[in-house]
Order: sequence, then structure tokens, then C-alpha cells
Amino acid sequence: MIEYLISAEFYQILLFYVYSGILIGAALAVVTMRNSIYSALFLILAFFSAAALWLLLEAEFLALTLVLVYVGAVMVLFLFVIMMLDVKIKPKSGISMYTKVGIFVALLMALEMIMLLGKKMAHVLPQDDLVKHVKGYSNVKEVAENLYTQYILPFELASVILLVAIVAAILLTLRKRSDYKYVSPESQVHVKANKNRMRVVKMETEKGNYIGGDE
Amino acid sequence: MSLIHYLVLAGILFVISLAGIFINRRNVLILLMSIELMLLAVNINFIAFSSYLNDIQGQVFVFFILTVAAAEAAIGLAILVVIFRQRRSLEVDKLNELKG
Repeated sequence: MIEYLISAEFYQILLFYVYSGILIGAALAVVTMRNSIYSALFLILAFFSAAALWLLLEAEFLALTLVLVYVGAVMVLFLFVIMMLDVKIKPKSGISMYTKVGIFVALLMALEMIMLLGKKMAHVLPQDDLVKHVKGYSNVKEVAENLYTQYILPFELASVILLVAIVAAILLTLRKRSDYKYVSPESQVHVKANKNRMRVVKMETEKGNYIGGDE
Repeated sequence: MSLIHYLVLAGILFVISLAGIFINRRNVLILLMSIELMLLAVNINFIAFSSYLNDIQGQVFVFFILTVAAAEAAIGLAILVVIFRQRRSLEVDKLNELKG
């Protein structure tokens, strides 16, 4: 018994249950909080726990990517938007019809999925433990070898998708301000040299109404 | 420790976020967050299968899902900002211009 309690296997199971407990708790908090800031912070917690679970599954590259990309970029974007928008928090108004329907649908779907996993698919799924890799095995290298050989075209397409996302996000949120002194570069370029350009007129110097100076 | 643990976890996570989409009628922001949680559940499934079947392609696929999800979040938030500028609210029930 004691030997089992200090074994690596038990420790892995313990870690799995701790992290998945935190993950499910954080997910529940995300969907039930009234204040969006708390939701976003709990979503960050959920992503962290998921990254830890991915580390348990020996997917190190994606675990780190999840923390860097999601916690570092996407969730910061969420937090920025929440803080910039002045969203009013409505007081709680009891359990609505939507909530009842939502919980019913969710429970039904969970039951269906667990039944499917328990009965139909239990013998099809691989039962054994994780594959033991040789010493010096690198998950990052393995992912990179696939990504840069077999999946090079989808990889390039992914960058195009990100570019489209940048352009779309900027285009959607760009707005013209009316109190803004702005000269169109286009009309500046189209000025003709002798026709529309300002010219200096020679004229007599005005006398009188002299302000300032030594005299 | 087997694959079924991870599959059940991903299933529970997916179902929670599904309920979240129904529950949060007040705020499109939390709807977007629920969608992110759903994608996370799908990704957990992909990575669990990839690890237990010792096939790295599942992880490559998760990489692409992460890319697309990031793009989706950026565009979704931009649309949300535009909606908020026009209506001063993020309630789902009020977004019924199209009468669809």
C-alpha cells in the first residue's frame, strides 16, 4: 500500500484528478459568474490547468503554446475589451427558462456521451498506458518534423488566416473622427504644378498699422 | 490512468460550456469565452488520442485549431466592440435586427 502511494503512477493519477478538478471548477465559474472580469480570470485558470494536463499527456510543445498564446495573447485581448467596454452588470433575476433548458440539454448530452464511452466504445479504445519513449525523445522536434514537411502548406495557410484576422479586426474597429484635421494624401499628390499650386504675388508693402519692433 | 479519463473530462468540459451558451443571454463576451472552452475540450480529446495512439498528427492538428481559434477570438471581439459602440449593450436578446 505504502509502495503504491509513493509510486510515480499514483502521483500521476493524483495530479490528473487535482488538475481536472480545478479545470472543471474553473469552467463552471466561467459560465456562472455575473461579472465578465471574473469569468475571464477563471478562464485563464482553466487554460493553465488544461496546459498542466497536456504536460501529463507528454504534449509539451502544445502545453507551452497554450499558455503563451492563450493566456499571453487571447485572454489579455479579452481583458482589454472587457475593461474598455462599460458593460453594466445586471442584478440576478432568478433562474430563467433558458437556464433550465440549458442545464437539461447539457445533462442529456453528458449522459449520451458517457453511455457511448462506457458501452459501445470501451473495447475499441486503447487501454494500455502511455507509450514509453526512449531517452532523448523530443516532442517539439517530433511536432516540428511533421509541421515543416508533411503539413507545410497548411502551416502557410495558417499564417494567411492570422493575417486575415489582423486585417479584419483593424478594419472592423477603425472609425473616422469628425473633429480631426486631416489632409488626404491622394488630393495632395494630384495637385498640378502650375494650376492649383499656391503662388507668391508681388505687391507694395503695406504702410501703417505697424505693431511691435524697435520704432 | 487511461484514455477514458481524459475523454470523460473533455466531455464534461464540453457540456459545461454548452450550458454556458444557454445560460448567458446577457453577455456576448461570456458566450465567446464558452466557445473558447468548447475548443479547449476538443483539443484535450485530440491530444489524449494522439498520446495514447502514439501518433503525433493529432498534435499538429491541435496547433492549427489553436491558430484558427485565436483568429476567431480576435474577429469576434472586434465585432463585439462594434456592436457595443452602436447599441451600448451586449445583450443577446437585443440583437434581433435581422428578425431571423
